[in-house]
Amino acid sequence: MTSTSGATVELRGVTKSYGSHQALAGIDLDILPGEFVALLGPSGCGKTTALRALSGLESINSGAILIDGENVANVPTNKRDIGMVFQSYSLFPHLTVAENVEFGLRMRRVAKPERILRAQESLELVGLGHLAERYAHQLSGGQQQRVALARALVTRPRVLLLDEPLSALDAKVRVQLRDQIRLIQTELGITTVFVTHDQEEALAVADRVAVMREGRIEQIGTPETLYTSPATPFVANFVGLSNKVEAKMVDGAVHLHGEKLKPLGDPIAAGPVTAFVRPEDIVFAASGLAATVVASSFLGSLRRTQVRLDDDSLLSVQHEVGYAVQPGDPVHVRFLGSAVAVEPIVAG
Amino acid sequence: MSVRGVARYAGLTPFALYVLIFLAIPTTLAVTTGFFDKDGSFTWSNITGLFTPTILAAFGSSFWISAVTAIIGAIVGALVCYALLGTRPDGALRTMVDSIASVLAQFGGVMLAFAFIATIGLQGLATLWIKNTLGVDIYADSFWLYQVPGLLLPYIYFQVPLMVITFMPALQGLKTQWAEANATLGGTRFTYWTRIAAPVLAPSFFGSVLLLFANAFSSYATAAALISQGAQIVPLQIRAALVSETVLGRENMAGSLALGMIVVMIVVMWGYSVLQSRTSRWQR
Amino acid sequence: MSTASRLGTEPSKLTRWIILGVVGIIFAIPMLALLEFTFRSGLSGEHTLDHWTGLVGEDAGRTYRNLFTGIMNSLLLAVVTVGIVLVVLMPTMVLVQLQFPKLKRVLEFICIIPITVPAIVLVVGLAPVYSVVVKLFGGSIWTLAFAYGITVLPYAYRAIQSSLDAVDLITLSEAGRSLGANWLVVLWAVLLPNLRRGILAASFISVAVVLGEFTIASLLSRVNLQTALLQVYQSDPWVAGIITLLALAFVFILLLLIGRLGSSRRDRSNA
Repeated sequence: MTSTSGATVELRGVTKSYGSHQALAGIDLDILPGEFVALLGPSGCGKTTALRALSGLESINSGAILIDGENVANVPTNKRDIGMVFQSYSLFPHLTVAENVEFGLRMRRVAKPERILRAQESLELVGLGHLAERYAHQLSGGQQQRVALARALVTRPRVLLLDEPLSALDAKVRVQLRDQIRLIQTELGITTVFVTHDQEEALAVADRVAVMREGRIEQIGTPETLYTSPATPFVANFVGLSNKVEAKMVDGAVHLHGEKLKPLGDPIAAGPVTAFVRPEDIVFAASGLAATVVASSFLGSLRRTQVRLDDDSLLSVQHEVGYAVQPGDPVHVRFLGSAVAVEPIVAG
Repeated sequence: MSVRGVARYAGLTPFALYVLIFLAIPTTLAVTTGFFDKDGSFTWSNITGLFTPTILAAFGSSFWISAVTAIIGAIVGALVCYALLGTRPDGALRTMVDSIASVLAQFGGVMLAFAFIATIGLQGLATLWIKNTLGVDIYADSFWLYQVPGLLLPYIYFQVPLMVITFMPALQGLKTQWAEANATLGGTRFTYWTRIAAPVLAPSFFGSVLLLFANAFSSYATAAALISQGAQIVPLQIRAALVSETVLGRENMAGSLALGMIVVMIVVMWGYSVLQSRTSRWQR
Repeated sequence: MSTASRLGTEPSKLTRWIILGVVGIIFAIPMLALLEFTFRSGLSGEHTLDHWTGLVGEDAGRTYRNLFTGIMNSLLLAVVTVGIVLVVLMPTMVLVQLQFPKLKRVLEFICIIPITVPAIVLVVGLAPVYSVVVKLFGGSIWTLAFAYGITVLPYAYRAIQSSLDAVDLITLSEAGRSLGANWLVVLWAVLLPNLRRGILAASFISVAVVLGEFTIASLLSRVNLQTALLQVYQSDPWVAGIITLLALAFVFILLLLIGRLGSSRRDRSNA
C-alpha cells in the first residue's frame, strides 16, 4: 500500500444557521497534513454540521473552508476528493462488498482490472478480503463499517471524514474498530476528521481533540492537555470524570476542605465556586479528611470508591485494585494538590 | 393440560368459522364447480370450453388491457411518487394526495364509468371541446368507449393512484446515506439514479406493476357499467355465465372461468410476493 | 439549490410542480366534466340547477325511491361490516399478537387472500352459500355484510396491524397484569386506547370499500348504492352524476380524516 500524503484543512470563521437556530457560530480550525483530529461534544453542539460542511453535504452561511489552501466552498461534494464514513446504512444494498468498494474507482473511470485489484487491497487492509462476494445485509455492524472504511479509502482521498462511525456498534466492537481505524490512518497518513460524542473514544484515537459546544470550539488540544488542563468548566466536566466540590476562591487560590489548590483557566473573582477534582487526584491516606465508604466498583484494572464526608457530600476516589474496602468502612482521604478547573456559583 | 391446550384456541373459532364459511367455502366452490355439470357428475367440458376462440379472446383482451394499464399506471404513478419526495409526510400536500389516491384507487368502479362518459362520451365535455377546438371527431371510425379500448382511460385512472399508494413506501425507503455516499465517492445525480436508486427500486417497481396487473385483471364494476351487453373480458364472461342462459353441456362455465382467473391471479401474486421479499431484505 | 436537490434525492421545486400540476389537471378533468354534466339541461348546451334541486324537491322520495333505498342499504351495510371488523377481526388480531405469535403469518396470509380471490371470483361461490344464509337469516340486505367483511379484510388487516406493530402489546399487557389488572381491564383500559388509530383507520376504510362495492351486490341481485346508481343512470343520468360526486366527496373526507389521525399521533418510524 503506498502512503498518501495528507492535505491541510482549514476552517475560517465558518457559520451556519438553520432558520433561527445557529448550528455553527464561527469555527476556526487548522489541521496539519496527516493529523487525526476529533470533534467532540454533546448532541446539538454542531460537530456533525461542521463535518458535513467540510464534505459539502451542508452549505455554509459565511467563512471559508480550505483544503490544501484551495477554497472549496463552491466545489460540490463529488469533486472535493474526500472519503466519508457515515454512522450506518451507507453501503449500497444491491452491490456486493467488492462492488461497493469499487464504486469510487468506477466514478473515476478506473479500468476494471485495476479497480478489482485496488478494491481487494483495500478490503485486505481492513481485514475483510475474504468477504468480497457478500452483501451488506449478510454482514455484522462492525464488518459493514469496515467495508465502508475500505470504500472511502480506496480512492486515496486527501481528507477522510468519519461521522460517528462507531456509535451504532456494540461496546467491544467499538474499541476494536477504533484501534484499527487509528492504525490504518497512521499507516496511510491521511488527514482525518472524526466526529464523536464519546469522550473516551476521542481521547483514545486522536492527535488533537476539539471540544465543541453550541456551535463553537471551547478548547482544542492534545488529549493530555484537555484532560489535565481543561480551559473551561464545560471541558473539565465533559472530558473524563470529575468530582464537583464546593469551594471558595480567596486571593487567587481555591480553598476546599482545608486544602489550597491552584485554579486552571482564566482568573476568577473571589467568592464561592465549584471545583472539578479528578477521582485519581484524591487518595486514601492514614490521616486527612474523615469519610465513610458508601460503595465500591471493581473496574478490572482499577477501583472507584464513593465516600461520604462529614458534611454529607460525596466524593469519587480512584485507586488501585488491591486496596479493597467495604461499605461502612471509615477511611481518610487527601487531595493530591493538582490544579483544578473552577466555575463560579451564580446566586439564585 | 391438553384440555386447557385445546381450549386456548377457542378464542380463534369465531374468526376461523367466519373465514371458513364466507371465504374458504365460496372459493372452493368457485374453483371446483367448473368440473361438474348440472347433474353433478364430473366433466371436463367446462375446462375445455375455456379454450374456445371467444373465451381465449376474452383472456387475451383481459391480459392486454391489464398489461397496458399496469405499465402506464406504473410509470405515471412512479413519477408522481418522485415528485412527492421531500415533502413532509404529514403536510397538507401529502395528506391530500394520499386521500385522493385512496379514494380513486379503491372506490372507482361504476362511478368512474359515469365520470368518463361525461368526459369522453358522445356528448362528453372533452369530446365536444376536441371537436370544436381541434376539429377532430374521436369517434369518427367507431364508438370505442363502450368496447375494450374504452376501458383504457378509466382503468389508468385508478391504476395511477394505486401505484402511488403502493410504490411511495419504496421510494421513501431510499436512504439519504446512499445519495450522500454516492456524492462523496465522486458520483453525480445521474449515477445515483442509474446505479443506485434504480437497481434498488427495481424489485419494488416490478412488483407494483404485477399488483397493478392483478388489479386490472380482476376489475369488474367499471367494465360492467360501460359494457352493458357483451363479454369481451374475463370478468364480463363470468357475468354472462352467471346471468344468462347457459350453453348446453357447459352449464358451469362460471366455475371454470373463475378457476382460470384464480390461476392467473395466483401466478401474478406469487411473483409479486417474491419481489416484495427481495425489497424488504434490502431496506432494513 | 438545496443539498437534497443537488444530491438527487429530491426533485427541484419546479420539477415537482410541473409533474403534480400536469397529472393533477389531467385527473381533475373527469370530475369537472361530471360536475359540468350535472348542470346541463338536455342537449341544448344550456345549464340549469334543476337536477340538483330536484333531489330535495317534493317528489324526490317517490321518484328516486330505489336510489334512496340503495343509499340506506349501503349505509346499513357499512355499519354492519365495521361491526364485523371490530367484533370478529380485531379481537382475533389482538389475541394472535398476544397468545399465538406463530399464527401471525397464517393470519396475515388469510387476510391477504381476498386480493388473490377477487370479488368476481368469490361471487361465483357465494351464490350457493347465500341461498343457505337467506334460509337462516331471511333475505334482508344486511346479510350481505358477511361477504363484505371478507372483501375489506386486506385493508382492515393492514390498518390494524400497523397499529399493533407500533405498540408493544405484549409488554403493555404484562405491565398491566403485573399491576393487578385482569384481562378484560387490560384489553379495555390499556390495549384498546393504544390501538385507537388503527381501529379508526380500519373502520373508515371499510366504510369506503363497502360504499363503493358493486360486484357482489349486483351479481347476487341485491340493491346497494352502486347498483342503484347504475339503475338510476338509465333514466336520470344527471342525478346519478350528482350522487356520484357527493359520494366521492364524502369518502374523500373520510379518508382525509384517517390521514389527519395519522399525523396527530406522531409516528415513531425512522428513515
